Amino acid sequence: MSRQSNRTTDSKKMNSELFTLTYGALVTQLCKDYENDEEVNKQLDKMGYNIGVRLIEDFLARSSVGRCQDFRETADVIAKVAFKMYLGVTPSVTNWSPAGDEFSLILENNPLADFVELPDNHSTLVYSNLLCGALRGALEMVQMAVDVKFAQDTLRGDSVTEIRMKFIKRIEENLPAGDE
Amino acid sequence: MKSNLKLFCSHAGSSAAGSCWRQEAKMTVHNIYIFDRNGSCLFYNEWNRKKQAGISKEEEFKLMYGMLFSIRSFVSKMSPLDMKDGFLSFQTMNRARETLQHIYSNLYVELVVKNPACSPAPSLDSELFCSRLDAFIRSLPFFSPRAA
Repeated sequence: MSRQSNRTTDSKKMNSELFTLTYGALVTQLCKDYENDEEVNKQLDKMGYNIGVRLIEDFLARSSVGRCQDFRETADVIAKVAFKMYLGVTPSVTNWSPAGDEFSLILENNPLADFVELPDNHSTLVYSNLLCGALRGALEMVQMAVDVKFAQDTLRGDSVTEIRMKFIKRIEENLPAGDE
Repeated sequence: MKSNLKLFCSHAGSSAAGSCWRQEAKMTVHNIYIFDRNGSCLFYNEWNRKKQAGISKEEEFKLMYGMLFSIRSFVSKMSPLDMKDGFLSFQTMNRARETLQHIYSNLYVELVVKNPACSPAPSLDSELFCSRLDAFIRSLPFFSPRAA
């Protein structure tokens, strides 16, 4: 297997259906493997986190985005650069809290859920919860502890899909203990 | 560097650093350290290192990271300008930044981050990464040690 290490850092386009269907198969399997939806949500979040932790490196290497000065800039980068790069959509950023530490991403269409209809017996399943984990993991790697969750989901009958992001704290970089 | 890693490549001309730093032809690559955010050394290799520190590598890594950490906090406190990027590198050579960025984007991310079997901590054990990095460093125009 030969891997091109010097390939250009442009994003390679791929068929988004393959991604959507693969994700669907994953969720379906998790629903079989676990008794309740809560547990599936948790697993999706965990997988997303593990993806996010790695994805941030790819993102930083490919985009020319530097360190964000504030949470508003972070929101812009997530919506306009990151979502565009990986999912091909640009959510709108709205509903800022007065303190500027909370905002919503409104997704016109959710690429993960293109062909999905949730059956009635999965009313508490957060189908695209992987996204929350990925956002959380990626931001944690750039020193931001953030709470991410779906506030609304068209799959559950809401009119839009809304991801709510709340800034918790900056993770301080410290010298490891005993390194004086 | 816009990265999560701290790469530090020492390639200042050794004893005559002051007088010849502008002449890239006389530069050489001595060694490289890759640190993660927590200060553990993920990777180390040396090519033309003429002087050893006389302490264990583990101690040397700690000292090196401690120095970089201190420089960064010093720079961020002393700079009159807004520190967007913070401490980047000692400016010993024009192409250092580009080179370090290349190592991060095209080698570390491609071969370590995207390899699910390869976890960066506590230290990189990807043979592919090591050999590609070695080949890349050796291909740098300023790699070869200057004639004595």
